[in-house]
Formats: sequence, structure tokens, C-alpha cells
Amino acid sequence: MTDETKDIDTHSGVETTGHSWDGIKELNNPLPRWWLYVWYISIAWAIVYMILMPAIPALPGLGTNTKGLRGHSDRVEVAKAVSELKTARDAQSIVLLDAGLEKIETDRTLQQFALAMGESAFGDNCATCHGAGGRGAIGYPALADDVWLWDGSLDGIEYTIRHGIRHDTDDGTRFSAMPAFGRDGLLKRSEVDDLAQYVLNLSGRSDEPEAVLRAAPIFQQQCASCHGADGTGDRTQGAPNLTDAEWLYGGREADIEATIYNARNSHMPAWDDRLDDATIKAIAVYVHSLGGGE
Amino acid sequence: MASTTLIDHTSELPAQSGGEPPRHEDLYAKRKQIYPKLAHGKFRTIKWLVMAVTLGVYYGLPWVRWDRGDGIPDQAVLADFSSEKFYFFFIELWPQDIHYMAGGLILASLLLFLVTSLLGRVWCGYTCPQTVWTDLYIWVERAFEGDRAARMRLDKAPWTANKITRKLGKHAVWLVIAFWTGGAFILYWHDAPTVAAGWFTGDAPLTAYWFAGILTLTTYFLAGTMREQVCTYMCPWPRIQGALTDEQALNVTYRYDRGEPRGPKRKSESWDDRGDCIDCNQCVQVCPMGIDIREGEQLECIHCALCIDACDEIMVKVDRPKGLIAYDTQIAVAARNEGLTPTKHKLVRPRTVVYAVVMLAIGSLMAWGLATKSTIEANILKDRSPPFVTLSNGRIQNGYTLKLVNKASEPRTMLLDVSGLEGGAFRVIGMDHEGSDTLELPVEAFGVDRYRILVVADATVPRRQVTFTVRDAATGETDVNISSFRGAEQ
Repeated sequence: MTDETKDIDTHSGVETTGHSWDGIKELNNPLPRWWLYVWYISIAWAIVYMILMPAIPALPGLGTNTKGLRGHSDRVEVAKAVSELKTARDAQSIVLLDAGLEKIETDRTLQQFALAMGESAFGDNCATCHGAGGRGAIGYPALADDVWLWDGSLDGIEYTIRHGIRHDTDDGTRFSAMPAFGRDGLLKRSEVDDLAQYVLNLSGRSDEPEAVLRAAPIFQQQCASCHGADGTGDRTQGAPNLTDAEWLYGGREADIEATIYNARNSHMPAWDDRLDDATIKAIAVYVHSLGGGE
Repeated sequence: MASTTLIDHTSELPAQSGGEPPRHEDLYAKRKQIYPKLAHGKFRTIKWLVMAVTLGVYYGLPWVRWDRGDGIPDQAVLADFSSEKFYFFFIELWPQDIHYMAGGLILASLLLFLVTSLLGRVWCGYTCPQTVWTDLYIWVERAFEGDRAARMRLDKAPWTANKITRKLGKHAVWLVIAFWTGGAFILYWHDAPTVAAGWFTGDAPLTAYWFAGILTLTTYFLAGTMREQVCTYMCPWPRIQGALTDEQALNVTYRYDRGEPRGPKRKSESWDDRGDCIDCNQCVQVCPMGIDIREGEQLECIHCALCIDACDEIMVKVDRPKGLIAYDTQIAVAARNEGLTPTKHKLVRPRTVVYAVVMLAIGSLMAWGLATKSTIEANILKDRSPPFVTLSNGRIQNGYTLKLVNKASEPRTMLLDVSGLEGGAFRVIGMDHEGSDTLELPVEAFGVDRYRILVVADATVPRRQVTFTVRDAATGETDVNISSFRGAEQ
């Protein structure tokens, strides 16, 4: 090309690309040519990549996505990494198997290991119901306070984790059943209402003294065998203390009436055959450390 | 090459039209090989010295030993990933000291800003690794193929045994330097003698081979074949410096007030009515960027000052004063061109003062931090879930995790004291302290330990703040953490 055929911008003396938009022209300050080659190389690399790796999705009529010559699958890679991680963890968690729970909690090294492992396993398996940090929810006991339905000792917690609560297929499961006094016709509606006042009165919250008086014999007859004559509960049966400020299913009058009428028998699965021994021990120590361990 | 010549709007003319649009290939420019000629003089000498020092530091530093005691690496400069420590002579940084690295980088960039506003792109011209290694590679090239004219002839000549030998020799030496460069890099991340020996017996970590390989290739290509293309097209710094430099910065400048009108000159001609520039093109021939400094400030110019050396040599020969090209400011040259006397160059300007003051502030802050750096570190993490629990006796309990870091090389005993909460009590999971006010917590050498602490107080406690004090039983070194104590809103 000679200069005559070039379109030169008079201001800058630089050649233009010849493109014009409403009289505005673009200067041609050429890119280095290797830049262009890098672009070609990246196109070539993209083709190689498409052949080697899964690249084209399952479009209609194609059936499945392309697999690529390398047969790479992220799913398989993740599964492999997870199993490698488990192997590595198992090698470490072996130290928990030989130690008693007491020893694990008081030994600095074992404790830190167990708490880290327990926190992670608790988050995966337990926090769905019991909440992060064992904060609890209506119907799901808080594990961070000092109120325990069954047993708050290290061994007791481990037992509950292994066997669950009212778990049908576990012979050792913690079991008790509160009758549905109203629904099953054991008590009349008015008696249920009176009992609710009696229970409220146990924590000093009833303003119907007559109802409390009427319900006193019913409580002793129907409730005291599990909840105790004074209503302080019985841990061997998982019967909650009715005199404190903690209410698993809510402490308002309507909540208590509903509990007496329909009964509450919630479930916790047994984890014995779902988690390995080391994990169960780690969770037990972790739960014990949350704030209410005995 | 693009130049930033000024546009004169007063002579605006309609653009020529009717030209053919350029072909596609013309939108991409083939690289023109640059054959920088060897310059002699003050700045060339300075550049040789800077090259010797910077390369000497880079290749030699990992081999410097620094005794720190038993069980601690004795390498003066080491980024030890396996134990998550960074060693720099007497300084030892842990991952939680990362802000010193941020501070160091901020200091480095401020230094770059300050130097740029004082002296233009001296970083580019003298110390940038791209410049230093390119200079080294050109030195090798010159050793095998001769100076500018010889190299140009050789490239045009047919492939003879002589040419092949020279080219092979050059590339072989380039590769050795590149490998040495990539190899030196990995020495900063491992014990240098161990990894250097292990590299050749196959015992070095895989990353060592990867990084040595990658840096060998980048050194070879960036300094050998890409050179000025890196500065012009890949580096952001030429763009950034436009915002940092100003008309008062000392830059490598062609003094057009003295040089123009330029033109070749016979001995018999007089110097009257003409400029000192005899258009000998020496400044262009020595330029590693392949530009003409006489066109003014340009993006491509790395301000290496080799054109000053070249021009001074000529000025001496033609018996004119040196410094037709020199470190000067745009404002001074413009003033002289108007026949005025330029004001004295000012190093102290608002811009430079601000940079210097900020640097001083950050530098002293970091020095103070390093000097008073504690060897214990206590952090209190308050449980977020649950934020608090009400116990069966109506009191409030909050859970905390104390993370205790011992940066010393021997195990220590820390005394924990929890205070500030009226009628408060605390216990630590797995430890027995029978109601005592303080509790002894053992921490291993270089240990990071976690303690779970439960604090209990009445629901009516007025001031909901709790202070955790950790004190070294032996030295009295103390770390105080204040955290909140939550309960139901009253």
C-alpha cells in the first residue's frame, strides 16, 4: 500500500481505520500482531478443550452431554476428595476411640480435636433440628442451657445420641409416652382446662385459683406418676420439670392446654448405625461443652 | 508507535477523504526488532551497578543464614508455607500479621509514587525486573552477535554455520540464566540448600518444579523475545504514571529549546541560527524501546537515560556543551523556549510532601507495631448462636471461645481473669478451678489453643460487658479483650 491510498488524519498524522460514524473517524494505532496470534491460539485451545473435556450440554435430541476424551467428571472428583478426606480424618479420629469421654474433655489436645470434629458433625447432622450451637426451637430441646429431659452427663448424652428418643427400631431407645388426655377421652374438656391452670400455677402464673383447686386431685391421679407430685419432673422417664421457666412446646395457656389434650411425644433418631463411634463421641463432648453439660 | 504529540486545533482542516480502508492485516503491526547500541557514560555505568546489586540480592539472598535458635529455620528470608510463617531477618510474621504485608505493599507503592513525582519513571528505567533482565539478555546478545550494526547484518545474512553457532550460543546462555532465575525463586519458599539439592535428585516438592519451570519460561520469553512489548502493551504502569507525574517531575527530556532547528552540520558551518542537534540519530540507536526521544514525552519511554549518554558523547565530539538530552522538567524547557529563565527546580511540592508525610506515618506505625509486637495473642469469639441462654435458676449464660496464640518458642502458662460483670462467674470446659478468680491455661510453644468459657450472671446485671484478661505468669505480658454479655432485653 502506498500513502495515497491511506486515509491520514490531519490532526495527528495517524492513519485511520477508514470507518466513519457521522463523520467521526477512528485512528488506527495497530495492535501488536502477536496479540492476534494469542487470540488464534486461544481458539485452538478451546477446540482441544472441547474434545478432551465435557463441553456440550444435553441439548434436545442429543440425549446426554458430551463426555470428552478424558472422561472428566466433577461429581466423581468431589466424591473422591470427600472419601480421601474421610480416610485422613479417620486416621486422626482413632485417638478418640480409646479414650473415655471424661478423658477427652479434660485432655487439652483431645478436647480441641473433639470439639472441632464435633462442631462439624453437629452442624451436618444435628443442627437441622437443634439449631446452630444447640440453641433449640419449639419442639426441639435447646442443648446450650442446663435443662435436660433425660440426662445431661457426658455418658447420658452419648447414650441419647446412640439410641435416640422414641426411635422404633432401637431396643435401647429412650422411651416414654404421654397420653392424649383430651383426644382419647381420658379427661373432659373442662378438666383439661383446669389442669392447664394447675400447671400454670406451678410456675406461679395462674389467676384462676378455683380451677387450680379443682384440678389438684386430677393432677395427682393422672400426672404425678411421671411429672412428680410437686411437678418437678422425672428424668428417668423424660418427664419435664413443669415448675421452671423452660417450655419445650411453649408455656402459654393455649400451648399447655394443647399439650394436655393431644400429648407431645417427639422423636429423635438413633445415630448408632449412622455415625461412627469417634464421631458420636466427638458430638457428645461438643454438646456437653455447649453450656449445660453436667 | 503511538506518540502523544500535541494537536494544534487552530490549523484544523477537513480530513482527507477517499482513502482505501486499511486491510485487516494492517490493524495489527508486526514487531520491529530493535537493536540497541551499547552506550557509554555516566548513566550506563549506574545501570550496570544497579543491575549487579539487584541481581546479586535476588540470587544471593536465599543463601543468607540468620540464627534464630533450635527448631526454627535459619534462613534470613523465608516464606515458610508448611509452618505458616514468614521470616525476614529479625522479623517473624504469622498469618494473623498479614497487615504488615499490606503495610509493606502500601509503603512500596507510595515510594513508587514519590519517586515518580520527583524523578519520573526511574523505577522503569533502572530497577524494574523487566528492564534489568532485558539489559542482561542484551548484554549476552551483544557478547555473541556483536553491537547494533553487527547484529543487524547477522540477522539479514544467510544461515551459515557461524550464524547458527552464535544464535545457539545466545539462546543457550539465555536459557541458563532463565533457569537460574526460576530456580532462585523457589529458594525463597523452602530451605535453600535442601530444596536446591533436592531439586536435582527429584526430592523437591512438585510446586518447586512447576514454579521453576514457569519462571524459566517467562524470563526467557519476556527478557529474550518480548522485551519492549511487555512495557508498551502488557504493563499498566506506563498508564498509571500519567496520573502521577507532572510538568515539574525530572524526566529524561530533549531540550528542544536548544536543539532546534536540527540538521546535519559540516565542520565549516557556523552554530549560529541553528540548534545543537546534528540529527546523528545516536539517541535513537541506543534506545532499548526503539523510540525517538526528540518527539517528546511518550508512553513507551522507560526513562533509562541511555540517550543522555549517547548524546553527551556526541556533544563532546562536536565541542558543544553536554546535556542536550538531560533530566529536566517540561516546565523549564518550555520557559527557556520562550526566552525566559526557568525557576529553580522544586523538589518540595505539595504532591511530594503529601507522599512523604503519608509514608512517614505508615512507616512509623509499622515500626511501632513491630517493636511492640506481643508474643501472646488472645482473641475472644462470642457465641452467636445462641446469643445467650436462660438457665433454670433464671440466670443468664453466655458462651465464648478464647483463642490463645503463643508466638514464643517455649511453652507458657497464661493466667485467665474474667472481670467487669457484677456478680458474674465463669468456668472453662474441661478445667477445674473451684471458683477461683484466675485460671492457669497452658499453651504449647508456637501453639494456637482454644478454650471454651461459659460466663453466668444475673438477668438484671446492669453493665453488659465482660473483660477477659490473659497474662503471662512469668513475664507479665498482658492481652485484654472486652466482649459483650447478652441477655433478654429489659
